[in-house]
Amino acid sequence: MSTFLRETSIVFNRQLRMNLRNPAWVIIGMLQPVLYLLLFGPLLEPVIGQLGVNQYTWFVPGMLVQLGIFGAFFAGFSLIGEWREGVIEAERVTPASRSALLMGRLGRDLLQLLVQALILVALGLVMGMDWNPGGILLGIVLTILLGGACAAASNAFALTVKSEDVMAPVINLVMMPVLLLSGILLPMSFGAAWLDTLADFMPIRHVVDAVRGAFFGEFDASKMGWGVGWTVLLFGLAVWWGTAVFKRENA
Amino acid sequence: MIHARGLVQTFTTGRGKEKKAVQAVDGVDLDVSEGEVVGFLGPNGAGKTTTLRMLTTLLKPTAGTATVAGYDVATQPVQVRRSIGYCSQVGSTFSGAYAGDEVVDHGMLYGMSRKDAVAKGQELFDRLQLDGLWRRMPKNMSGGQKRRLDIVMGLIHSPSLVFLDEPTTGLDPQARANLWEHIAGLRTEQGATVFLTTHYLDEADALADRIVIIDRGRIVASDTSDNLKAQVAGDLVDLEVSADEHVVVARDKLGSLAPDVTVEGRHVRGRVSRAGRAVPGLLRDLESSGVALDSIEVARPTLDDVFLTLTGRSLRDAEAAAEGAAEEGGPPGGVPPEAGATPSPTTTATSTGADR
Repeated sequence: MSTFLRETSIVFNRQLRMNLRNPAWVIIGMLQPVLYLLLFGPLLEPVIGQLGVNQYTWFVPGMLVQLGIFGAFFAGFSLIGEWREGVIEAERVTPASRSALLMGRLGRDLLQLLVQALILVALGLVMGMDWNPGGILLGIVLTILLGGACAAASNAFALTVKSEDVMAPVINLVMMPVLLLSGILLPMSFGAAWLDTLADFMPIRHVVDAVRGAFFGEFDASKMGWGVGWTVLLFGLAVWWGTAVFKRENA
Repeated sequence: MIHARGLVQTFTTGRGKEKKAVQAVDGVDLDVSEGEVVGFLGPNGAGKTTTLRMLTTLLKPTAGTATVAGYDVATQPVQVRRSIGYCSQVGSTFSGAYAGDEVVDHGMLYGMSRKDAVAKGQELFDRLQLDGLWRRMPKNMSGGQKRRLDIVMGLIHSPSLVFLDEPTTGLDPQARANLWEHIAGLRTEQGATVFLTTHYLDEADALADRIVIIDRGRIVASDTSDNLKAQVAGDLVDLEVSADEHVVVARDKLGSLAPDVTVEGRHVRGRVSRAGRAVPGLLRDLESSGVALDSIEVARPTLDDVFLTLTGRSLRDAEAAAEGAAEEGGPPGGVPPEAGATPSPTTTATSTGADR
């Protein structure tokens, strides 16, 4: 095993061990999308019915992306706790690669997200979502990549500001337009034309459209191209930013 | 083991028009030999931790060069990290993880196998009196136990050079004394070179072969504790006369032995060379002149006196000034205000050094 993979797995195992010691947070993290599914999903029937599609096949992808974004954006909070206790500095004084210190943590976040996504999809299927294995798999992969981007960005931002008091309002500030302009809760096409046009400039909307398309088994090249393209680009940029911050002297 | 030349670290503080450069470390030259225990002494904000962070590759020097364990800190940071152990003043373990797991993971990041890391970790737990705490979380440990755990983390890969940043800050006297024994053992049992920063005078005095004093980012002295104290002109003699009318006579009598005499109320103070021999004669002289004393104190020079002589300020005053500056917004990554230096009986004595 290469040194990088070995160091990444050491950090990953350590992080996973800490999560398993306190699994309550994993459950709490997915409560929001599950509650949306259970309590908001039934309200969608008359609305989504106008589109002539299964409301859960339409709604679960949105919840999946929401889970990927919201859950992962909070990853930085635990990093601030570790930084405050001197763990980050202790790791940075070892010969371990800075990228491994980030990737190990990212691995933990992605595994957690995968478990949550599988539970959410299983719940969706129980509630009547269409079974489309290939599309569901692609949707989960895109969600994991988007979650990875958000987790890496959250870690980078956390190590930059080193304050939960700054993190929380900034995350809220970013999340609100993402939630409203991505078509997670309702189709953007139902709104005014200007709102629909504005939403086209929101990268997450394209990811939601791609995941939703995959869940319906509609692999439209343009829709998939935009969704996959934005997901990969965001993932690449966020990992680059995260690694740069871990390498920085004052991190 | 450590050779530094002209190390400089400049921080930028403030924003916009308030933006200004702060020279935290201003041209530090340093040499530490193998097997030495060096105490890096100075008040909060003097540049101790910043220097140490540059030597441990956590901070890139703004200017200057340094080699640690034979490797250049700027161009060979990974080799430096392999060779050193580091105990930061804020700790190194997560409070909600098991102590043993933290130590083993840390050892594995140095390339050790799990088996070797467990064996070495358990050996260090025994040596640092942490036996039985392998499966305990740091949040359930005492302050002294946590600091010893930090030292275990720093020693897990058997480094030849150990950096300890304020190792006993925040500990009670008993825990400090206990930790001192373990720090002293790093050289005797491990053969390690130790570089420790502290703002406790007694700590530097008790542990270090050599003391390097830093103030305002510059090294102002480097020598053994005895040699540094010898630079201070004599022991402090503090006479408290029983009545105000005796002050003048007492001042004249003490003045015949001490070059500078100060008077504060009924206290007459001066530094007297070899006071142990001179004071009996002084007492007889005062008695024959009809001067009655309420008390007399003779204090050997302390490192605080050395600091006072070298900088014109006592360590305690410097600490207070640094804390005041920190409240107004010190450099980023600065050391938080902590407990003051150990009080010295001579900190109110006359200032013999020029202000810098």
